[in-house]
Amino acid sequence: MKIEGKTKEKKLSCIQYAFRQSVPVMLGYIFLGIAFGLMLQDAGYHFLWAFVISIVVYAGSMQFVMVTLLSSGASLLYTAVMTLFINGRHIFYGFSFIEKYPKMGKVYPYMVFSLTDETYSVLCRAKVPSEIDEKKVMFYISFLDQCYWVVGSTIGGLAGQLITFNSTGIDFSMTALFVAIVVEQWQESKSHVPAVAGFLMSLLFLLIFGADRFILPSLLMSVIILVAARKHLEKEEEKEKNREMEGRAW
Amino acid sequence: MVINMDIIHSIAIIAVVSGCTILIRAVPFFLFGGNRQVPGVIHYLGKFLPCAIMATLVIYCLRNVKLTEGAHGFPELISIALVIGLHIWKKNILISVGLGTICYMVLIQIIFT
Repeated sequence: MKIEGKTKEKKLSCIQYAFRQSVPVMLGYIFLGIAFGLMLQDAGYHFLWAFVISIVVYAGSMQFVMVTLLSSGASLLYTAVMTLFINGRHIFYGFSFIEKYPKMGKVYPYMVFSLTDETYSVLCRAKVPSEIDEKKVMFYISFLDQCYWVVGSTIGGLAGQLITFNSTGIDFSMTALFVAIVVEQWQESKSHVPAVAGFLMSLLFLLIFGADRFILPSLLMSVIILVAARKHLEKEEEKEKNREMEGRAW
Repeated sequence: MVINMDIIHSIAIIAVVSGCTILIRAVPFFLFGGNRQVPGVIHYLGKFLPCAIMATLVIYCLRNVKLTEGAHGFPELISIALVIGLHIWKKNILISVGLGTICYMVLIQIIFT
């Protein structure tokens, strides 16, 4: 069975593999995109605005805030401050791809541009089989994710009112995606210090600063804790590697 | 319909949000993305930070859940427990995300209304 599975995997093209990886994001992005398009249209904007914004901005929660900024004619300074505040967490995402992205040639800028929460998560968990070109897969995943978002937004702006299906709660698919990835990472990693630090710090700062302000201080504290725990974590990793080597020697 | 000056201001707002977002996402690459050797601590963070970030994103998604009112966070709690259980059992992200989401939608639309 296992061997069969492997040969099947081999036949997968980059785009097929990327598509499979991106499916968990698809539903969420399409429906959240629709919600955004609909909201923008309600605020008096033609669907083309939703289409263009989802192409050039491409930032989930920020785009919802943008609807208010646009319809209230917010100042550019306020807009900039809000954006830095709401999207500030993305500053931490690039560190995981600092060695891979610069080697991606023409698509390097796009890869950096398209690093949303969900794309980041899917790329972090993807274990691309060696027969498939990892760079291409990473690009296709990023690109497909944005396509879902753009398609959703455009549908929302064009015909959002026609959707009578009650989609309340469908945004939970993003929560579920992150939860499932936490489970995977928990099972795969020897040390749970990073995950526990992330949980405790976000809960702590959520209590202190409230829902709108906790994420930046909490991520910053997690970084500090991880840097402080570096020796311990690298030692654990070293041990794990040695154990694997011994296992192989057997 | 939006009038002319408003259109220009709207375009400016979009440009600012887009520019700031790109800037934020590009910071690590401006700092370490060149041909320079990536410092050890950055390499280390790149490896271990994702676990902390994922845990933080889960809390981020739940940040507006009110434990003292309404459904007291039960729909979230039940659905997350289901996702965890399914993912340990089946190890299939589509099943975990799909059934978890359906469970949540049923809970908030039908059961905890």
